Amino acid sequence: MSDVMAGQSAGTQTEQPAAPSGDKNRSLWGDVAYQLVRSPMFWVSLTLVLVILSMAFVPSLWAETSPNASGACQLENARQKPSAAHPFGFTAAGCDMWSSVVYGTGKSVIVAILVTIGTVALGVSLGTFAGYFGGFGDTLISRVTDVFFGLPFILGALVFLAIFPERNVWTITAVLTLFGWTSLTRVMRGSVISTKQKDYVDAARALGAGDLFIIRKHVLANSIAPVIVLATIGLGTFIGVEATLTYLGVGYQRPTVSWGLLVAEGQNLALAGYWHLLVIPAAFIVITVLAFILLGDVLRDALDPRTR
Amino acid sequence: MGRYVARRLIQFMPVILGTLFLLHILSVLTIQIVGDPVRALFGENAPPASVIQQMRADYNLDDPCLKQTGNPCVGLFFDRLGQYGTGNFGINFRGREVTELFLERFPVTVRLTVIALVFETIVGIFIGVLAGLRKDKFADNFVRFSTVLLIAFPVFVFGTLAQLFVGLQIGLKLRESTWAPDWLGQMLNVVYSPDYPWLSLMLPGLVLGAFSLAAIARLTRTSLIENLRSDYVRTARAKGLSGPRIVGIHTLRNSLIPVVTYIGIDIGILLGGALVTEGIFNIPGVGQLVFLAIGANDTPVILGVVTILTIVFLVSNLLVDILYAALDPRIRYE
Amino acid sequence: MSNTLTDTTKSNEAAPRTKKSPLSGLSFDSSAPLLEVENLQVEFHTRDGVAHAVNDVSFALGEGETLGILGESGCGKSVTAQAIMGILDTPPAKVTGGQVRYRGVDLLQLDEKTRRHIRANKIAMIFQDALSSLNPVFTVGWQLGELYRKHTGASRKEARAKAVELLEMVGIPAAKARVNDYPHQFSGGMRQRVMIAMALALQPDVIIADEPTTALDVTVQAQVMTLLSDLQREMQLGLILITHDMGVVADVADKICVMYAGHAVEQADVYEIYEQPAHPYTKALLESIPRIDQKGQELTVIKGLPPALVDPPPGCAFHPRCAFAQDRCKTDEPPLYKLPGNRRSACHYWEEVVKS
Repeated sequence: MSDVMAGQSAGTQTEQPAAPSGDKNRSLWGDVAYQLVRSPMFWVSLTLVLVILSMAFVPSLWAETSPNASGACQLENARQKPSAAHPFGFTAAGCDMWSSVVYGTGKSVIVAILVTIGTVALGVSLGTFAGYFGGFGDTLISRVTDVFFGLPFILGALVFLAIFPERNVWTITAVLTLFGWTSLTRVMRGSVISTKQKDYVDAARALGAGDLFIIRKHVLANSIAPVIVLATIGLGTFIGVEATLTYLGVGYQRPTVSWGLLVAEGQNLALAGYWHLLVIPAAFIVITVLAFILLGDVLRDALDPRTR
Repeated sequence: MGRYVARRLIQFMPVILGTLFLLHILSVLTIQIVGDPVRALFGENAPPASVIQQMRADYNLDDPCLKQTGNPCVGLFFDRLGQYGTGNFGINFRGREVTELFLERFPVTVRLTVIALVFETIVGIFIGVLAGLRKDKFADNFVRFSTVLLIAFPVFVFGTLAQLFVGLQIGLKLRESTWAPDWLGQMLNVVYSPDYPWLSLMLPGLVLGAFSLAAIARLTRTSLIENLRSDYVRTARAKGLSGPRIVGIHTLRNSLIPVVTYIGIDIGILLGGALVTEGIFNIPGVGQLVFLAIGANDTPVILGVVTILTIVFLVSNLLVDILYAALDPRIRYE
Repeated sequence: MSNTLTDTTKSNEAAPRTKKSPLSGLSFDSSAPLLEVENLQVEFHTRDGVAHAVNDVSFALGEGETLGILGESGCGKSVTAQAIMGILDTPPAKVTGGQVRYRGVDLLQLDEKTRRHIRANKIAMIFQDALSSLNPVFTVGWQLGELYRKHTGASRKEARAKAVELLEMVGIPAAKARVNDYPHQFSGGMRQRVMIAMALALQPDVIIADEPTTALDVTVQAQVMTLLSDLQREMQLGLILITHDMGVVADVADKICVMYAGHAVEQADVYEIYEQPAHPYTKALLESIPRIDQKGQELTVIKGLPPALVDPPPGCAFHPRCAFAQDRCKTDEPPLYKLPGNRRSACHYWEEVVKS
């Protein structure tokens, strides 16, 4: 779902003058940091991401009472529009809207983080194995990836979750990981294959380096950049996917406070005039996903060797 | 070219079998873990065992392998394959054939998807080219910003907001006003109306295609920029060709290659998105069928429809691959 | 090799469909040298500063002559070629001075539309990597025919027939069938021949070949160079051969211009340069060529690295690496001194270099 990482190198039209040597001897990461620090988009998205993470892990910092606390939700307050005292109004269940969205952050973000960890772990290991060692292992992994790719993500997740009655953090995470590991694996495999063909790998081997060493030092180091970018963007995407599944009814269930459910509840009532029930949780979802995607985009620009 | 098509067909067979098997294992595994859905259907009331037994047989759920967790139920898989071959994709819990339900609702979904596809490719490619040609200028920055924003909206968020603000707020005013033409008001409707089978699908189609539009625009832009920097463009300039010709003929075809690849994946995204979109706009299509089935816990329908959609997805991917080879001659000889 | 092209030219001139040449407004001086570059200056505006890619470079080319431009990567030879063609990426490149005269007309003063017509019609270019320089999604016949379709108004059929002729002219077997093939279906040497064909299609007067054989095997190199020089002789073209390979250029060139760090540092006839270099850089280049009778000895290298063009050293650009450098070299940038026998050298101490 993220942009196709164009792997082929574009030929340069003229030999550009040689880069200055001397005091500006920057390493790859130094260069990346240099560019990032100067990018306003980086700071904006990073700040947003940090705010969101803190809402996810320490919601009490942002909202005094949890909507899950007893007595926090009063039906008489249900659907109240925003006012001075409660600038975000009340949800359909009578809970403070602000607290609801804040406490809902964790539900979505934590799933996304777990899924990202899972897909990166699977993707990097399977992709490296397939790309580096080739042969039967590669064929097997590639065929399996093809098979998984044949099943559209949401549909596959639906089948599983629709039948499975347990819908909590772990099952949702497991399902998303099960269907999400394929993208990163393919990208990693491609990256490893192209790195493997580079001359410096041959050189390292000629110097007696073993496979594991080459993988660790050369292959992983070169492929890590696209993985970082895709993982960041993927995190944002998974937040959206979880919210979608929850909205459809196969994710988090009531009474868990989650964004998807807030939107599901708010949708019909909004058409009857209660805008805030839809707009506020929707805004939270969009801003959160946007923050991660922007961060990933900025990282991609900084790590792209061609823009340097 | 013919050999390429033959090769793709041969590669296609194991993949489609594999994916169907994957679906099969998923459903089988869950049934083994959870217990069969027939029993769950009746909730508190337990009908006589013979009724349950009969239903199990009807729904192909009476295979003993379903009692053993971990058994891949290969026999059952081949039985099911046989049934698929005859067009039998199961029966819903009220006795109607899934295939029948599917065919009833299929045309609407096709209309919706076609609108989305046409919209996203034409507009997406257009603004992608625009942005690529005016790199770093206002048009480019605007496109980059707005596409990122669009991508951040999950379909259901975009759909519900569009329904509220465009369909209700703007659309209602248009429909109630005296000066706006009828078709304009119907285009921005809140729900699907069978009286306007194409017009009332416009807004949902837009919603469905929005994400992919953004993705295609970005892809086209990146691809165009990269192609404009390539050596063969330098050669074209050395040949004294004009700017518009270099862009329009030399680079465009090369730039569209990744876009075609993307459209293959996109069909899968659209199928999932159609589900959500039809739910929001109350469109009586295949997606809504699944949507309702989730609510009613009607497992055979979910499984049957997803199976059909998967086959549709794989076949369209195959067609896209062939289209790709028509565009890029290097692929034909791989 | 029959030159079918000259035959068809005559019929082309008679064909009523030929477009009116946009060059008709220009007055070309047939007594002036074919191509004259005078004091060419090209700058690149990069993030780290302004790079002086081409500094005050001058040379001339006559009909049937071959000029070899020699130098290492980054010395500005490709930039010079592209400045002549007018295909530099502007920005970041900028031609900031000098003239490029084709038969007396300064190309740099012309508008883009006119320059476009001069490209391929009068001055054509061959690039190094034919695989990336040819469009992968169009057939070779289409790409060759395009020149005729766009520049002479030929029909598709005519253009195709010409394309087949071109392929035959450059020695590609089974041209009629091959004309429908894609670039990736040719071998490296064949592809380069296609590039040559593309350059010669409209019968230009000047061909600039930018490292045409660098990407090829040695045996194929020889074939391609032979083809190029044969065609040049037949069509009396002016050829500028850009390379870093001293062996290739010795065979083919009449005169040589050695470039370093954007400057032309030595210019002479080919024999004089090889027998008696008059610039320390040329001398060092010649000495660094590995020789068979040097077996067992360490290879000679030129110590140091080429300078950064955003921040070149003061005085002579080569002085940090020069065996003949004196104090004067650090402050005074040497002009191109005129030597006896139509030679030039940008070295204050050229006499010592010649004597050693």
